[in-house]
Amino acid sequence: MTCNETRNLRNAYVDGELDSAGSLAVESHVRACASCSRDVENVRALISGIENGALRFKAPPRLKRNVQAAIRKANPTATSSFFRWRWVSVAVSVVLIIALTWTVTMRRTQSSEEAQLVDDIVSNHVRSMMANHITDVSSSDSHTVKPWFGGKLDYSPPAKDLTEQGFRLIGGRLDYLENRPVAALVYQRSQHFINLFVWPSGRSEIKPKDQLSLQGYNVIHWTQSGMTYWLISELNLPELNECARLLQE
Amino acid sequence: MFDQNELNAFNETVLPHLDAAYNLARWLTRNDHDAEDVVQEASLRAFKYWKGFSGRDCRSWLLAIVRNTYYSWIRTRSVQPELTEDGEIDDVDEGNPSPETALLQNADREMLKAALEDLPVEFREAIVLREMEGLSYKEIADIATVPIGTVMSRLAARASGFKLF
Repeated sequence: MTCNETRNLRNAYVDGELDSAGSLAVESHVRACASCSRDVENVRALISGIENGALRFKAPPRLKRNVQAAIRKANPTATSSFFRWRWVSVAVSVVLIIALTWTVTMRRTQSSEEAQLVDDIVSNHVRSMMANHITDVSSSDSHTVKPWFGGKLDYSPPAKDLTEQGFRLIGGRLDYLENRPVAALVYQRSQHFINLFVWPSGRSEIKPKDQLSLQGYNVIHWTQSGMTYWLISELNLPELNECARLLQE
Repeated sequence: MFDQNELNAFNETVLPHLDAAYNLARWLTRNDHDAEDVVQEASLRAFKYWKGFSGRDCRSWLLAIVRNTYYSWIRTRSVQPELTEDGEIDDVDEGNPSPETALLQNADREMLKAALEDLPVEFREAIVLREMEGLSYKEIADIATVPIGTVMSRLAARASGFKLF
């Protein structure tokens, strides 16, 4: 090994970064070469001078505090978000549990008869849209729709036009629920269809919930003046409630 | 989003290396105030990327961030780091022991410090990482994003007793 080659390797040699063959080659050259030997000694002296720690700068104690403060300041949600998110998750859990309990309880306490009725209402609603046969009589005029039911039912369903309030009456249809023909009035709100099933409540002793969701449909129920009303749509609940309120007026 | 646990983990894992971070920053900036600024900024960056850090040597990781922070900091101050053309040393003096070498062999702390401080920054950082932090050539090469051969020639500055100037 020449001095030139040694020169390139002597640092790695001192730092122990050479493999054993390289290390041996440098060592044997250095032993024989005064100049390179001096260089290696220089490197060693320098390293020990630096390594003994005298040249190390120690961080001032305030630095750690400042760093932590800076991180907190730059991430103001570090603590608060934790609690906020906990509360959100708690709230979500509570809502879920209530919803679940409510559904289960409702399912249990609801008589099988009523459960069947609600299922039928949903089915009828779905079918009315699937079969592209949502109305038997198409008219936004309640004076056309109402008499149309005359010859087909033994009662006269109300056919309120709510076009001005954003629920356009588009017609009526004869449907079948609770083993009897019932009136289905159809309203439209933007893209959404709303079915209103109406029949005399007389014999029904069921006290159903006011509103519920099933298979993605919202269902609202009430009785008024001896009539049973079931309102159903995929429309969101607040808007459907608005519709129910207008119908009850 | 992160939570208090994450901050605690960061404090426990990263902050113990604050001394090493400060030492490097201090040698790079060559003054206390700037060193603290660089470490603070580097810590913010470290915390930001903390999630992406997956258990390599934490100290090397933090030192790499300190180094990068220093270089972006120096750019924003429009002070050019005194990098040499290609970061290599062409004429490491061999043979004749220079007066500087002789001096350094018996050098007191201040002289050694002054000599080290006068080195171009890329030599300084290599020496600090190697001699003070005990990192391997490979680790230094990773941090400085240069080949190991370059690390080797930068460290060769020691052999001539910092005789670069």
